[in-house]
Parts: sequence; C-alpha cells; structure tokens
Amino acid sequence: MQSEQQYIELYEQARELICSHAPEALNAVRDEAFDDFRRQGFPSKKVERYKYTDMQKLFAPDYGVNLNRLQIPVDPYETFRCDVPNLSTSLYFVINDAFFQDDKPKGHLPEGVIIGSLRDYQERVANYYARLAKTSDDAVTALNTMLVQDGLFVYVPKNTKVDRAIQVINILKATPQNAQRQVSDLMVNRRVLIILEEGAELKMLFCDHTADDRNFLATQVIEAYVGENASLDLYCLEETHYKNVRVSNVYIDQQANSRVNHNVITLHNGITRNKLDLTFSGEGAECQCYGCVIADKQQHVDNNTLITHKVPHCTSNELYKYVLDDQSTGAFAGRVLVEHGAQKTSSQMTNQNLTATKEARMYTQPMLEIYADDVKCAHGSTVGQLNDAALFYMRQRGISLEEAKLLLQNAFINEVIDHMQLEPLRDRLHYLVEKRFRGELNKCAGCRLCK
Amino acid sequence: MLEVKNLHARIGEKEILKGIDLVINDGETHAIMGPNGSGKSTLSAVLVGNPLYEVTEGEAYFNGKNLLEMKPEDRAHEGLFLSFQYPVEIPGVSMTNFMKAAINEKRKYQGLEPMNAAEFLKLQREKRKIVELDSKLANRSVNEGFSGGEKKRNEIFQMAMLEPKLSILDETDSGLDVDAMRIVADGVNKLQTPETSCIVITHYDRLLEMIRPQFVHVLYKGRIVKTGGPELAKEIQEHGYDWIKEEIGEE
Repeated sequence: MQSEQQYIELYEQARELICSHAPEALNAVRDEAFDDFRRQGFPSKKVERYKYTDMQKLFAPDYGVNLNRLQIPVDPYETFRCDVPNLSTSLYFVINDAFFQDDKPKGHLPEGVIIGSLRDYQERVANYYARLAKTSDDAVTALNTMLVQDGLFVYVPKNTKVDRAIQVINILKATPQNAQRQVSDLMVNRRVLIILEEGAELKMLFCDHTADDRNFLATQVIEAYVGENASLDLYCLEETHYKNVRVSNVYIDQQANSRVNHNVITLHNGITRNKLDLTFSGEGAECQCYGCVIADKQQHVDNNTLITHKVPHCTSNELYKYVLDDQSTGAFAGRVLVEHGAQKTSSQMTNQNLTATKEARMYTQPMLEIYADDVKCAHGSTVGQLNDAALFYMRQRGISLEEAKLLLQNAFINEVIDHMQLEPLRDRLHYLVEKRFRGELNKCAGCRLCK
Repeated sequence: MLEVKNLHARIGEKEILKGIDLVINDGETHAIMGPNGSGKSTLSAVLVGNPLYEVTEGEAYFNGKNLLEMKPEDRAHEGLFLSFQYPVEIPGVSMTNFMKAAINEKRKYQGLEPMNAAEFLKLQREKRKIVELDSKLANRSVNEGFSGGEKKRNEIFQMAMLEPKLSILDETDSGLDVDAMRIVADGVNKLQTPETSCIVITHYDRLLEMIRPQFVHVLYKGRIVKTGGPELAKEIQEHGYDWIKEEIGEE
C-alpha cells in the first residue's frame, strides 16, 4: 500500500494554497517537513514504535482537507456541551484545526499569559516551533508539520501561576449547520505549542469530541517546553465516536526541577494512537504519566511512550490501565531510556490490563534501556480477567453478576483516575467512567446535534 | 427453612459430598463439625451456589423454593448468607459502596425503592456497633488490609446489614482471639430471632458454648455420620473423631 502518495501529490499541487492560508512561522519548516515525509513514507508495522497500529491503512482513505480554510460556521457554545462542565476552567475551543476566536469573557488570566492562535504570535512561535517535534524522526509528525495551517499557542511567563485550569475543547465537525449538501469525510491536522517559562505553572485539559457523524482522521502534534522549576498538568480526554481516527504525538521537554503530570484517557473512540516522547533535560525533574482506556466493540487504542533520562536525579512514573471488552484491541509499548551518566534515576513503569472476553486482545511491551549503573528502575505488566473469588463474594451478598463486574472494573480504572490532580475533573471522570461501563455514555454524550 | 436431600457434589472430577440429608427449621441453630477435608466448607459453598462446585445429585429447598436452580445473588436475596472462611479482599471497592450495592439490589428484588443515603448511613452506624467495628473501615476497600479479626467481624457486620433468614458461619471462629470470638458470638446471638436460623461450621466447642446450637452434626467423608445435642461437641473436643470413625466401622 502506498498511502503516502496521495499526500505527496496533494502537497506538490497545493503547496502555494496551504502556505497562503498559514502564518510564516509554520511555512518556514514546511518544505523540510515535506522532504522528511517523502523520504520516510508512512511507517510499516516493522517500524518498532508503530508495530501495533497499521498507519498505512489509517491514512489510505481519501479524506477531504480544508486547505482553503473555508469557514465551517459553528457556535460551539450553542451546539456543544462538553461532558466535563462546571470545572471553573477557562474555556476555549478549537474547531477542527482552527483556534476559535470569540469575545466571551475568559476569566482573568494573569499578566502576560497567552492562550491564542499560532497565527497571532509568530515571533515567539518561530523560536520554538517544530524543535521538539522533529520531522526527521516521525512520518506522522512530518505530515502534520507539512499540512498544518493553524493551531493553539499557550505561553506562561516566568514565575506566573495560572490558577484556573485551561480547558480546550477540540471539536471535529465536517458539516456546516444547516448544510444543503453532504460534505466529504475530513482530515484535520491539529497543532499545539506550550511554553512554560521558569517557575511557571499551568493546568491544561484537552477534550476531544466529534460533532457530527462523519469519518474523521485527526493528527495532532503537541510540543511542550517546561522550564526550570515549572509545573505542567496536561490532561487529554478523548470522547469521540467509532468513525474517528486519532493519531497524536506529544513531545515534552523538561528542564531542571520541573514537574509534569500527563494523563491520557480514552473513553470512547474508533482507532486511537497516542505517542508520548518525554525528555528530562535538567536534573531533579519529575514526571507522572497515567493513562486509562475503556474500549469495546472493534475499538483500538495504542499508547506508545518513550521517556528519556538524559541527566541524573530525575524521577519518572508511568501507570497505564486498560479494560477491553468485545473484540477491542489495546497496545501499550513503553520504553524508558536511561542515558550514560544519568545516575540516580528513579523510574517505575506499570501496565495492567483486563480482558473481558476471549476475543479482546492486549499487546503489552514494557521496556527498560539503561546505560547508567546507579539507578532504580522497575517495569511490570499484567493481563488478566476479573477475580472470580471477588465476583462470587459479591454475588453471595446479593450483588448481581453484571453489577459486580461493573464495580470491579470501575475499581480497576479508578486507580488511574484517583491520581488526577484536578479535583473536579477527577469526580467527573469517576462518574463518566461508571456511565461508560454501564453503556450509558453515548458516542458523544454532550452533543446536542446527536440527540 | 432448609431441606437438603441426598445432596452429592463434586469439584472437578473429585466427588466431595456423597449424600447429605439435613433439615433445619425456623429458629434453630445447627453446628456442623468434622475432620479436615470432610466436606464442611463444600456443603456451605454448594448451598450458596459457588460455581466452582457441581451438584450431581439430590435436592435442596429453601423456604419451599428450589435452591439449586437459583443464581447465587437470588439465593442471597431470598435470605441466605454465608460468612466466608476466607473473606475476599476487593481492592478499590469501598465497604460503603459495596454494602449500598448489596442492600439496594436486595430491595430491588423485593420491589422496594433504593434506600436513601441518610437512612443507609444510619443503618450502617447501628449495625457496626453490634460487632464493635471501627467506623474508619467503612471508607476502606472491602477487607483490604483488615486484620484477621476485623475480617471476621466485618462478615458479621454484613450479616447484620442484610438480615438474612439463614446464616452459614464457615469457621468464623478460626484465627480469632478470645475477645474477638466473644464479640462475634454476641453479634450472632443478637441477630438471632425465632424466624431466623443458623448453621455454624467449626472445629472447636468454644464458639458453640457461646452460640449454643440445638443440634450438632458430624460430617465425615461427605456424609453426616452422627447427629446429637450440644454434648456431642464436648465429646469431640475431648476425644477427637476416632471413636466416631470406629462407631461407623472404620479404623
């Protein structure tokens, strides 16, 4: 299969058009990204980090790409309620790939903090853009960099603490409201650049939703620079539908004594591939990476992480939990790389999975690669079923088999949710997870269009 | 209350119960004793419907209903309770949520509305006193990190919450110190009414001195080989089981 061909042709034909609707900072690296993409092509399943998800197949269909930046008129406040409301967050929307400009009051942001479009802050953007997300290393990142035209820019200046969490709702929508004709399926290339200067603090929550019933393919590249002694909470919640394909690459660079909490929650999806590359560039930094997946039917979720300890005295923790029902498949491949000289590294990686049926499949591959001799690293992985003894104990107390399973699955996933620092989100997620297990969570529960 | 006729059961290929006959009337307390491996725990497991065991022959009726056709949860709803010999730890499920689910499922079965939170907390508080259970345990996961004594008291607490008609206490005294055994026995006695019955499985007559059964059965090799009054437990305590084995013609 030669899925890359259509994108190569698209770029050759539409390069001018793409550039004319995009800011210079993004155009500056576009040709290089194209060369990298053409050279690499989509990774086959023989490429180590892509062995559990077939990229060729995901990118094969003919999706429409909105290169002309045609407006899809939508008032997100009208058409959309996220399942995570009332968080006392500052709320922003990204419609497909475009930052949604509006004049709704956003609550007070501290002086100098920027939440806006990549277009409007080009000088700052140019200094950081596409540095962490190297197009030479990953074809999907290259493709995203070559096609992206807008994106979200987040900047927190030195020693500034943003108290209110920033919530960004990513809405995928192919059909304008009241559209006369059917539009094609849509490919979207999203981009986020987060810069936290020294001592800055920020909590961000991304919620991915689909607002109509088309096939979507969304690529996403998030780059986050976390300065010295800065603190970033980055939560990504996916609640899309079975026709959605999500390929997300997250790159995080941590300077000395910085802290990162990263949570990836997949509640509802089609095919999802989340890649995380996190690098410790300064000593004394710490990261907590959590993930939970609830999948059923034919859903597929692949989490791939690489944590690189470049320097001594850093701590990394990973916990990913999956509950797989029906014929769903899950994959977790995590690698912790402790480079030469990164002494006193402390690292723990855990992946635990429940398969509820014989047809559900889990691929798990925890890896440690250590080139230093004074480190503490552990990794572990389990795949299993619900505890029969516990199920029977509950049934003897009158709890039905279905309810007992639900309680146990909930308890299993809650171990991840309980680590969330953002309390209202934690409570909300407990509720959403339970609804999800009860099958009461619709494909996009917050969306009025689908009701 | 309970009528068991010629009950045979096996686990895997191994036959363990080889024809049990047992009748328990309302308000009666029966003790079942017997050497290790004689089938005491199997009998209790079969009565509550543990899917590990397969009933190959015989019948069991509980207040006129065919017990063996019922799902384990329905047997519980009908009023059958087992205090487990080894209570199971359930990480991540709090005692409160667990009890709430159990009570409300029973109420649903009886056609009642779920109990409201205030009522539930009040009930929980009252019943906890019966076994002197620390209220801190309510927020902990079911049995997780409980001491042996706490686990057993927690079983009796659940019994108090669910108000069963027939309770089976499977070696509830094992691993308990003297004081804890007193608390458990007092708890069981407080819950006893003329309408409820109890089966006490034990190795020792100490618990039976406190709970005072009317009947003592000796289970051996999958059959009830001897039945007597409370004095039988004393004799076993003093002389072991050899004399009973001799009586039935074994070495």
